[in-house]
Amino acid sequence: MEPHELAIAAKYVGAGLAAIGTGAAGIGVGTLFGQFLNGALRNPSAVEGQFGRLIFGFAVTEALGIFALLIAFLLLFAV
Amino acid sequence: MATESGPAINPIHQFALHPVVSIQVEGHDVSLTNSGLYMLLAVALSCLLVAIGARGGSGVPGRMQAMAEMAYEFVAGMVRSSAGEAGMRFFPLVFCIFFFVLLGNLIGFFPYSFTVTSQIIITAALALMVFFTVVIVGIKDHGLQFFKIFVPPDVPIYILPLVVAIEVFSFFVRPVSHSVRLFANMLAGHITLNVFGAFVVMLLGAGAVFKAFAVLPFLMTIGLFALELLVAFLQAYVFAMLTCMYLNDSVHPGGH
Repeated sequence: MEPHELAIAAKYVGAGLAAIGTGAAGIGVGTLFGQFLNGALRNPSAVEGQFGRLIFGFAVTEALGIFALLIAFLLLFAV
Repeated sequence: MATESGPAINPIHQFALHPVVSIQVEGHDVSLTNSGLYMLLAVALSCLLVAIGARGGSGVPGRMQAMAEMAYEFVAGMVRSSAGEAGMRFFPLVFCIFFFVLLGNLIGFFPYSFTVTSQIIITAALALMVFFTVVIVGIKDHGLQFFKIFVPPDVPIYILPLVVAIEVFSFFVRPVSHSVRLFANMLAGHITLNVFGAFVVMLLGAGAVFKAFAVLPFLMTIGLFALELLVAFLQAYVFAMLTCMYLNDSVHPGGH
């Protein structure tokens, strides 16, 4: 293979590898909502007060998946 | 990503800057770009919404006044819960940041418009402004007491150096994560919408059998749009919330 072709192949492989990170964020978000539901079913009266924290944790966790996705997109379209 | 029938589709073309009004000052390019235009639009719109809401000031609020009051209470609750009553002097700052980011996010959803918050330079400027506000106000009000934020209470002495090193590092990384979180969310969201939109165009141009399948990415685009609306609001909320938490350090240093 030409070096140029190799670079393009490496770019797509790198994008695929970076996208694995979104799965890791999926684990995080799943844990978050699972644990929230677990707590919420035990003590439903506390749900209202903790909803803001749930959303905050979701956004912070989900952002890490977005970072991985961003790297994948940058490799695909910007490099 | 060029299709055979349609035009070339480049998902990151939407983030390109181009001058709207060309201005040259002594050889320096200070043109009003599309980014600047949409920032002005976001500022004008947020001022307008609040100004209309605050105009009457009657005991029985109308629609706009109710909306302005709800927005005020929402942000005030956010500041009070994370920075306490003493943090309320930062309320105008947090209110402005929240509405600028929210409207910057939302204006970006109109087709052919420009998303201000998908530019790292803009989110970085906002995050650095918050960072320096925390440092300057903290040192001005508390002097050397401000550096208590690096020393958490009740930590055994033998791991204290490590904990302080981590705290110092995490303090200086704050503006990076603060700005990249918003920028990356908006950038990735808009690229994803664009990529799925491009799938529709590609399938429509790919021949008779494939045209029927174009419905699938189209439905996906609608779903993603709903998700992105949530993300736009959520990221503005998170940006303002983190601003409050960081400002809390300058109001109550060491009071974790």
